[in-house]
Amino acid sequence: MTASGLAGDTHPSRPALLSVRGVSKRFPGVQALSGIDLDLGTGEVLALLGENGAGKSTLLKILSGAQAADVGTILLNGVPYVPAQPHEAQANGVVTIYQEFTLIPTLSVAENIMIGREPGRAGFVHWGATFGVAREALSRLGLSINPRRLVRDLSVADQQMVEIARALSMEARLIIMDEPTAALSVAEVERLLALVRILKGRGIGIIYVTHRLDEVMTVCDRATVLRDGRLVGSADIATTSIDHLIRMMVGRDLGAMAPVEGGSARPGVPALRVSRLCTRNTADPHATTVTDITLSVQPGEILGIAGLVGAGRTELARAIFGADSITGGQIFVEGREVAIRSPADAIALGIGLVPEDRKQQALFLSLAIRNNMAVTAMGRRRAPFDYVSDAWERGLVREFQKALGIRMASPDQAIGNLSGGNQQKVVLARWLALKPKILIVDEPTRGIDVAAKAEVHGLLGRLAQDGIAVIVISSELPEVIALADRIVTLREGRLTGEVARRKATEESLMRLMTLRTALEPA
Amino acid sequence: MTSAPITQNPDKQPFDAFGLLARFAPLIFLVILMAVFATLQPRFLSTINLLNVLRQISISGLLAIGMTFVILTAGIDLSVGSLLAFCGIVAAIVAKGGAAGNFAGGGHGAGHGWGLALLAAVAVGILCGLLQGAAITKAKVPPFVVTLGGMSAFRGATLLLANGGPISGFDESFTFWGQGRIGMIPTPVVIFIAFAVLAHLILRYTRFGRQVYAVGGNAEAARLSGLKVPRILLSVYVLMGFFSGLAGFVLAARLNSAEAVAGIGYELTVIASVVIGGTSLFGGIGTIFGTVVGAILIGVLLNGLVLLNVSSYIQQIVIGLIIVLAVAFDTYAKSRRRRA
Repeated sequence: MTASGLAGDTHPSRPALLSVRGVSKRFPGVQALSGIDLDLGTGEVLALLGENGAGKSTLLKILSGAQAADVGTILLNGVPYVPAQPHEAQANGVVTIYQEFTLIPTLSVAENIMIGREPGRAGFVHWGATFGVAREALSRLGLSINPRRLVRDLSVADQQMVEIARALSMEARLIIMDEPTAALSVAEVERLLALVRILKGRGIGIIYVTHRLDEVMTVCDRATVLRDGRLVGSADIATTSIDHLIRMMVGRDLGAMAPVEGGSARPGVPALRVSRLCTRNTADPHATTVTDITLSVQPGEILGIAGLVGAGRTELARAIFGADSITGGQIFVEGREVAIRSPADAIALGIGLVPEDRKQQALFLSLAIRNNMAVTAMGRRRAPFDYVSDAWERGLVREFQKALGIRMASPDQAIGNLSGGNQQKVVLARWLALKPKILIVDEPTRGIDVAAKAEVHGLLGRLAQDGIAVIVISSELPEVIALADRIVTLREGRLTGEVARRKATEESLMRLMTLRTALEPA
Repeated sequence: MTSAPITQNPDKQPFDAFGLLARFAPLIFLVILMAVFATLQPRFLSTINLLNVLRQISISGLLAIGMTFVILTAGIDLSVGSLLAFCGIVAAIVAKGGAAGNFAGGGHGAGHGWGLALLAAVAVGILCGLLQGAAITKAKVPPFVVTLGGMSAFRGATLLLANGGPISGFDESFTFWGQGRIGMIPTPVVIFIAFAVLAHLILRYTRFGRQVYAVGGNAEAARLSGLKVPRILLSVYVLMGFFSGLAGFVLAARLNSAEAVAGIGYELTVIASVVIGGTSLFGGIGTIFGTVVGAILIGVLLNGLVLLNVSSYIQQIVIGLIIVLAVAFDTYAKSRRRRA
């Protein structure tokens, strides 16, 4: 790994602000970070790059005091820096701006900026000073937001500006921005990038985490790339190219993920076709608006959907499954137009969904394995008094235990005691028990060890062989390439490309997933 | 499929001493409590006294059965005491053929049999449950607020309907349901046990029962599994209404009188029975068996304290403390599950 030597080089023209050496962090079952080195000078903007799961979030949590490193040293201005709590990080001038804002929506802009540090005496807040200081903090950034407004009445972009103003008023020396532009429009992104330049001019160091390489090229001085918890290397933006950054991000050993034999599209009517589908989840402000998606899957085919976090993959799947309402377009199942208004409707049409977040959206942690598996199939069982016997549930578990290789002690065991891979097999079995025509799997191997991953992949291949139309959504490009017969890419809620498996490379997909067309180099 | 290595099985069920304790904690506590009372006051263990305990808890026990369904879905129903009174008055009016002021002279039309009275009480209970369930599932008002409103509204409706005073003096076929015995067992106890068994079978062995657990355990996962979550939620409030109607009828029969102020504070005893019995306020965990044990536990506690001449004020303090302790235990158990 020759490139890693670059990481140790502090930029000669800037005094060192942050120096990370040999930081490692292990979670049960996964080495999240191993031996990370990182340097940042004052007034420097460092892009922290990597695919989902590369270890960026863990590194940010360590720097912001949310988690502690297992080993390694961190120096801030040459002094050892070991924040045990987020407020200790802030006291040291390290402020993190997360994607989920930490503002209190029902309070005014000024109160949010000054929270915990309101000027006053004997416990009484001096409101004049509060608004004054807040207005001053906003104007230093060239912002014209009224400090008396309630935060909930501001746009997402303005809320972010308030967060940055708060960071500045806390005398921040290092600001960490986690995907700051994920929820912003094009014009808002320009405003944010301008703000980053102002901060840079004031000598503040910035760690800029993003998936958008075009932004990296415009605003960052240097980029450090992580992959699978390891440091791949760093590069000066002035002397690097987008292609080089993409290669550093994706150059993974493909040996672990052998191509899966199985999928081959059967001719005839598509099992599923969506035409100009639009959806918008109004309940979740962070959900991506999905626009004009047209795609189809044949029986026996595995269609891969690739895209970065926030590209709208999950939103698309949920809309097809009836979990969110669609705002436009049509859905056809086996050539017939259908109206899907709820997951129950989708299930009746032979569609299954293995959701992205196993714990929150799929598992009943308080129930046994057999209850978890039988939850869908019991709806089709006909018996007097709707009788559901334990024996029938256990029989169901035994049937799939063998077919899917689920390792467990007993069907009566609590689902929470299984490993992630075996939990996922139980969720898959829940759908297979219904003999679906279309199966959508969202991040099928998230949080699953390598061996179980291969088993899940093999299983999905066999399902396609049996004639099921399978849609695989994954953040891991090698997984999509290994599984899918055909891959479509999404970016910001729109379809950006379609590639056949034998032509797909991680580089070509990453390009379709990351670049804004307007800024794409010729 | 490659076979798992035999040497180590990561998914082997570990021995979970805490889980076992959590499961049987109410029963263990009940046995200890009974042993203590039996030692301090030998009269406690007499058949008459024990049957007395059971008869005392049978009314709140019936409500607790319905409440178990509600709390399993992570809901709550604070209106049970008021609805019980309301349904009791309805039963009395049907049985007597009019409200207090009307039949006092004795010239008013004759009443109907207990069957129609029971039917009316249960029908009104179901209707009120349907109303509250609709407010929760259709208007999306939190159960706590809907049933807090119901608590006040049903009480007001009761007072209005009862015209102030109690309605007393039923015929023997009516009072049998509250004062009679089947063999040596008081009728309310038989009713309570019968419905506990029925509810247990429903929760444990029917699709609806399983779906109640699923919705309470993870409503989003239940929806994504194709369960019709609003319909299930509506059903549990209807069931609660049914049990309120039944309990109201039995209480009127037992007292030979329907009173507008009946059941005040019952929601506390009822929720306490369910929670002490191990049902989680977070939903998804609990059994009817636990609720029965919880109800008996509270009955034994109150009865024992009375036998020991402990002030009824202190009894209230004890009940309050036990509820908080039971929920603290539940919260702790939940955090342990999270870590698992």
